[in-house]
Amino acid sequence: MEDRLSEILSPYKGKRDALIPILQKVQAELGYLPDEAMLEIARVTGLPESRVFAVASFYAQFRFTPRGKHSFMVCRGTACHVRGAEKILEETERALGIVEGETTEDQEYTLETVACIGCCALAPCVMIDEDVEAKLTPKMVSEIIDRRKAK
Amino acid sequence: MTFAEIQEQAGKEWDELINGQKPQIAIGTATCGRSAGAMAVVKAFEDGLAEKKVDASIREVGCIGPCYAEPLVNIDKPGKPTICFKNVNPDMVTEIIDAYLLGDDPLPQYTLGTLGQGEIKGVTKILDTPSFKPQERRVFRNCGIIDPTNINHYIANQGYEGLHKALTTMTQQEVVDVMKASGLRGRGGGGFPAGRKWEAGLAAKGTPKYVVCNADEGDPGAFMDRAVIEGDPHSVLEGMAIAGYTIGAETGYIYVRAEYPLAIRRLERAIAQAHEKGFLGKNILGTDFNFEIKIFPGAGAFVCGESTALTLSIEGKRGMPRVAPRPRTTEIGLYDKPTLLNNVKTFSSSPMIITKGAEWFASVGTEKSTGTAIFALTGKVNNCGLIEVPMGITLREIIYDIGGGISDGGTFKAVQTGGPSGGCLPASLLDTPIDYDSLDEAGSIMGSGGMVVMDEKTCMVDVARYFLDFTVIESCGQCVPCRLGTKELLEVLKEICAGKGRKEDLDLLYELSLAIHAGSICGLGQTAANPVLTTLRYFKEEYEAHIFEKRCPAKVCKSLISFVIREDKCVGCGICARSCPVSAISGEKKKVHVIDQSVCVQCGVCQEKCPTKFSAVDCVSPRIKTSTPEKMETT
Repeated sequence: MEDRLSEILSPYKGKRDALIPILQKVQAELGYLPDEAMLEIARVTGLPESRVFAVASFYAQFRFTPRGKHSFMVCRGTACHVRGAEKILEETERALGIVEGETTEDQEYTLETVACIGCCALAPCVMIDEDVEAKLTPKMVSEIIDRRKAK
Repeated sequence: MTFAEIQEQAGKEWDELINGQKPQIAIGTATCGRSAGAMAVVKAFEDGLAEKKVDASIREVGCIGPCYAEPLVNIDKPGKPTICFKNVNPDMVTEIIDAYLLGDDPLPQYTLGTLGQGEIKGVTKILDTPSFKPQERRVFRNCGIIDPTNINHYIANQGYEGLHKALTTMTQQEVVDVMKASGLRGRGGGGFPAGRKWEAGLAAKGTPKYVVCNADEGDPGAFMDRAVIEGDPHSVLEGMAIAGYTIGAETGYIYVRAEYPLAIRRLERAIAQAHEKGFLGKNILGTDFNFEIKIFPGAGAFVCGESTALTLSIEGKRGMPRVAPRPRTTEIGLYDKPTLLNNVKTFSSSPMIITKGAEWFASVGTEKSTGTAIFALTGKVNNCGLIEVPMGITLREIIYDIGGGISDGGTFKAVQTGGPSGGCLPASLLDTPIDYDSLDEAGSIMGSGGMVVMDEKTCMVDVARYFLDFTVIESCGQCVPCRLGTKELLEVLKEICAGKGRKEDLDLLYELSLAIHAGSICGLGQTAANPVLTTLRYFKEEYEAHIFEKRCPAKVCKSLISFVIREDKCVGCGICARSCPVSAISGEKKKVHVIDQSVCVQCGVCQEKCPTKFSAVDCVSPRIKTSTPEKMETT
């Protein structure tokens, strides 16, 4: 991890205003922001550790725990809400056997909700990694999960 | 190359495509289209054309608008109007190739209609339908028509003409004057006159200056900024460059949501192409104007849509709005320097204002709100999608003509505009003409243009709770009225939804809402209570039903509903019992099944799984007492 980290951080020495892109790059590479990486970011940029943690914890994108291989995001936008997003989330939780915010035991999926992915006309929808599944019913959710497991 | 040469080259390429002898297939592959399966349709066309040796061109285009009909495919055959095929899937592609590309059968059953000159028997003209007639595509002028990854397509459609005109024939003040005369108001929702903002940017002292495009489209229920970026990215870049020239800035930032990966890729590509052609970089179009645009992917914080929070975020800080008295961003913005910050659609509008003039822009709309408005029409309406309409159109026209009425035979109850800062408007306001001021008067806001239609199955108390849930999570936590006030509002709403509402809660909600409005430091807090205030104002009886009768009229609030199996309809197939996650349903095969109300968690799976030919599961409110037998009259 150290090598990868120093490679990502090398162009950012002393660049204090690049903190958010740095955090994004480190998370993209490591999947989350482990403590050691946070401390290293503080050292390289010259920012106080408190500031690095303050910024990282402010934004919804950043995570401090490892995640599953795939992200499973249930959209809770307004259009999805009035078209039954709550039931989609419940069914996903049942099908994956975890609740929102958790990762499956086999480390395959992390289940999260998102405020809106902007596919409102096709509500309700979920985003699995970068793919959007649209116009869902609870039944389709379990089918999608079964289909992916079978692959 | 001179601009005229660039234009000529681009025009030639476009002309060969549009007026050539090959049929052209345009497929909408913005995020909506992809979600509906457009990429599989692209592949099916590629494979099908190769297999059947059909010589036709395929181009991927941005959002065409009617999302309900995605994936959408437009086919042009020489000498014929464009046929727009709706809800296309790979199987249909084979049929379309055989029937229309190889033969001459337009397959009317698969079409949304035709566009352009000429008629095809049996196919309606799209622009004559009630859904499209009131629309006027200006900001969406190129979306769904050009290939957004090809800069020549943009140039061939008057692209970069506005920048060229501004740089070579207009002074900075002249650009400001045209922008002011157009009456364009900030399309991010606030509605501040764009020309005045540009004027302040020009007048501001201090260097360097910055131009920032707010593409942090965070309102749940709004996705037009994404559609503009994905479908016509150069229009945003051109608008920013014109703004840069006008105020004297050499650097622009686009703050775009990280949840929009395709939009980010399209912008990156567009910026690289604009550099190649000399529309960005040093000495643009042979003048001494230099301008660079950087993309800043946001990290997920709704409050960063607020201008002072957004600029702090670019600086790598927590996105917390600056405390009043807040300096104007045009004076103290990014890195404490003068910064012109506008929304995607505001920038995208400016090139055409420069090219076609202020009068042209103001020729539609109302006196105080000129031009067109874009709405994301979603929720319980038949024709969901992105629409662009002249300001001043009524809600009724939008929902019933363009939207085609309420879906699934439902009844209109409310329309929510403006996202979490907006409000819910009832049927009595359907004839309100829409502009910044009238929506404000009704207690809602134009906001970013989200418009979510709700029917009788939507609980208005639950909707208020839903928005407060959102605001509580997104409050930056810096000021007390917003941080604690919204939390308190949410708790009261949760209690009401849970059937624990008290008589005095109605007054409490109202007082708290006013206090949060008065005491919060930024727009997020000041408008956070709007969903509560408007639902209290227009749907008070629903709150009262929850509090006094413990009844949820829409049958949404779980603590106030029960599911029951109807004796006269249940045939004992057992599907419900097998799918119940808490094993609350029992019954012998071929005998009427019964739900144990003390075990049931109101998930509704039984109702969903019960075959429609039986429809034996009813939902009732108020709740059935667990001590009474399951038999009960249904409402």
